[in-house]
Amino acid sequence: MAFSSGEELIRLCEAEGISISEAMLRAEVERGKQNREEVLDFARKTLEVMRKSYQEPLEKPVKSIGGIMNGEGHKLAQRLKNGENLCGPLVTKAIAYSMSVMEQNSAMGCVVAAPTAGSSGVMPGVFFAMQEERGLSDDELIKGFLCAGAVGYLYMRNASVAGAEAGCQAEIGAASAMTAAAVVEMCGGTPAQALSASAISISNLLGLVCDPIAGLVQYPCQMRNAMGASNALTCAEIVLSGTMGIVPFDEMLDTMYKIGKDMPSSLRETALGGCAATPTGCKWRNKIFGSKESKDGKESKE
Amino acid sequence: MPDIGLFDVIGPWMVGPSSSHTAGACRMASTALKIFGKEPEEVKFTLYGSFAETYRGHGSDKALLGGVMGFDTFDIRIRDSFELAEKRGLKYRFIEDHETKTAHPNTVRIELIADGGESRLVTTAVSIGGGKIKIIRLDEVDVNFTGEFPTLILKHCNVPGVISYFTGILSDYSVNISSMRCYAEPDGKTSYSIIESEQPIGSEIIKDIRSNKLILNSILIQ
Repeated sequence: MAFSSGEELIRLCEAEGISISEAMLRAEVERGKQNREEVLDFARKTLEVMRKSYQEPLEKPVKSIGGIMNGEGHKLAQRLKNGENLCGPLVTKAIAYSMSVMEQNSAMGCVVAAPTAGSSGVMPGVFFAMQEERGLSDDELIKGFLCAGAVGYLYMRNASVAGAEAGCQAEIGAASAMTAAAVVEMCGGTPAQALSASAISISNLLGLVCDPIAGLVQYPCQMRNAMGASNALTCAEIVLSGTMGIVPFDEMLDTMYKIGKDMPSSLRETALGGCAATPTGCKWRNKIFGSKESKDGKESKE
Repeated sequence: MPDIGLFDVIGPWMVGPSSSHTAGACRMASTALKIFGKEPEEVKFTLYGSFAETYRGHGSDKALLGGVMGFDTFDIRIRDSFELAEKRGLKYRFIEDHETKTAHPNTVRIELIADGGESRLVTTAVSIGGGKIKIIRLDEVDVNFTGEFPTLILKHCNVPGVISYFTGILSDYSVNISSMRCYAEPDGKTSYSIIESEQPIGSEIIKDIRSNKLILNSILIQ
């Protein structure tokens, strides 16, 4: 890649007079696997998979394994339709769509890991809400897609997007930071503003633990996707108003990763701490899988 | 530094709920299928570590079974893997091993059987996150490859000159080797060489390489 840090990415964009999306597109082409048109074509196809991933459960609510999730996205969309929503339509749609994607994911429907399956609702939630409320074309969304990809690349290269390694701040944290930058670019902000939105987004979610009840990608994951989506919009809004965060992206990413490594393993996707370890979390685990004793019995399926 | 591309960040397309335990599971099994090179009649999955603990909640069993039927990570037929396997007459079995300690928490051993027991392949794979996988054991030999690139696995006599023989043929056909590893069997008589290339490897190349009796077997994954 032509950049290995946020600082290098901004310098590159400023020197060439290009956007983050253009820098990412060029970098991807330079990897030598696909030409420009092929990259754009696959990005468009991926965007369509993302679109379906929220639309399907929104129209036809599905119950997740164990029944923790059951049509939450649909309920939010109904509230918006009835004009009862508190947030404006952009935020309400973003949280409704992002939660729908998680319903799709838990019901073994098709999603796009962005950057992981557990955080796959944030990006499509915000992107398609932006498309409807701001009238963005698919080509504009593809620019956001590429910009999000650049931030996600830095997350993967210089830190981690694995909850098992650095907690939820690495998963929803990454998705939200990627999406915040994308929103800024799609609204005409500069590369420096886009990365500043990412940095603020990371700082907002610092320390967030990965604690799924029963070890399933359901609760609190679904709610956290909604929070990641609204956080992305909030950070973009702050930056677009002219306020920049003080701590730069690279430093924020670095401190996020250090905090992740310092987290006890009970808070890193082991389902032994946080929400998972609450009495109610344990009750759900036993309801879904039976008690620990019977689960350890040898079992095979013919 | 690992090579991370745009669609490694935003991707894969996948049936939920977990990139490591569902998409990764599917890829472990579909890669084992590619190595086996034929439709299995029977398959046994042994699940270790985190897979043994959580496979049902993540649909890892359905994804593994879908993978050996050749389904991709985003094929929603994975949901109905059990029924589809039964329809095909594919026998399957899942064994939870909570005792054996594996180096990686996401480890699965896959045993594929065909031709009434005449053909058999045992692979061990690990799911390393984000849907990415590695094959770490092939029958009795420790290996390390992903199956993402055109990969040629040669079983050959463990004698001097064999490696220069087949690398010479690859060179004659202008196939660039991007990585190559050799592993001797514990008996010291046979070896495995695993060659990864970024270019496709044609069947005429394999035929040329196989013409030497020091080459005992070949498997091409691409």
